[in-house]
Amino acid sequence: MCTVCGCESDHKHNHDHDHNHHHDSHHHGPVEDHLHFGANEAGVSVAGFSQDRLITIEKNILDKNQSFADLNRTYFQKNNLLTVNLLSSPGAGKTTLLVKTIEELKETTPIFVIEGDQQTANDAERIRSTGVDAVQINTGKGCHLDAHMVAHALEEFHFEESGLLLIENVGNLVCPSAFDLGESYKAVILSVTEGEDKPIKYPDMFAAADLMVVSKIDLLPYLKFDVSQAIEYAKRVNPSLEVIQLSAESGEGIDTWNEWLLQRLNPLVRESSPEPTLREAPINA
Amino acid sequence: MHELALARSLVDMVEEYALEHNATRVNRINLRLGEMSAMTRALHFCFGAVCQGTACEGALLAIEEVPLTVFCSHCDEVKQPSGRYSFRCVDCGMPTPRVVTGKELQLVSIELSESEFRQIQNAGDRTGEVAGSATP
Repeated sequence: MCTVCGCESDHKHNHDHDHNHHHDSHHHGPVEDHLHFGANEAGVSVAGFSQDRLITIEKNILDKNQSFADLNRTYFQKNNLLTVNLLSSPGAGKTTLLVKTIEELKETTPIFVIEGDQQTANDAERIRSTGVDAVQINTGKGCHLDAHMVAHALEEFHFEESGLLLIENVGNLVCPSAFDLGESYKAVILSVTEGEDKPIKYPDMFAAADLMVVSKIDLLPYLKFDVSQAIEYAKRVNPSLEVIQLSAESGEGIDTWNEWLLQRLNPLVRESSPEPTLREAPINA
Repeated sequence: MHELALARSLVDMVEEYALEHNATRVNRINLRLGEMSAMTRALHFCFGAVCQGTACEGALLAIEEVPLTVFCSHCDEVKQPSGRYSFRCVDCGMPTPRVVTGKELQLVSIELSESEFRQIQNAGDRTGEVAGSATP
């Protein structure tokens, strides 16, 4: 019995290759691992006739999520929305950063927020108290937001002009990295109260991100956190990763973050406003 | 535990194909998983739970692992990195963010049970009925 999962198999392939099993039609790689679940007919040799019908599929398992993500992406482009997926472990300061960003930018930029948590609408309420629209998604037992959930959340908003859509994912450095939501950018937040080796401990997340925000830097004098080491680890798993250091509490570095957002949003704003020549066209006609 | 979500979409996908081919039982599911894909071996816990009562129940999961390779634009060559998450060229030290293989998360093929289909058909023949036929 397997001591890993308790199944009856020793994880070896026990096929009797005398039988007429179309092995040449499989794609066998250098390493193949067979996982058995209970008795199955494929393990039985039946001489003289083909036991199975092989159906070639060649499809991505996340195809369904991907097709929703593609639809979301098209929708964001159509509505000139800059969408940022905010990812971190629980308590790294995603919501605090969101509130700060809203306070700084809401006068000049329409902001919309999707909040993902397993339970409670606390975060969405916190966001709504700043005066912007927020939709809470509760994933229940789920550990991440997926593109389908986001598609439903989008139905709750009324987008009339270009703007900033901030998606706060479920606090988790593992699972959300696998699910494309259709976002323009993924920003991972690493707070200095965590270990600087988080990027190499949870490399998938840092490899998938476009930007790493090092948060709570006002606490650095009280901690042993080595910022340059954290950045070095992060660049090891993702050489093209951008880095911003900030504190939503003291406001240090917030301007850089706001600028990062606006630089990416402004081209969309220009696209959404009609060209002056077009506006003049009917008058001349 | 995103493996649960992935296992569920895997079973959904396989069931769809099985239904399309009039099969009620799947013997084997062939997957291709990259070294850097989001899937881990925890998949088989989740698969076991999710496939209960579906055409996939009892099916064998055959996983082909695809090693990670990256492209170094400086050497103009595909390389195998020194470590799973070490995206620097082993020869020239330049960053190699472009992943060539290793992110696969694919359902390659499935094997549907033909013998079961035949058994039902044979049983049907004996009783003078065609398997799956609703006619009395």
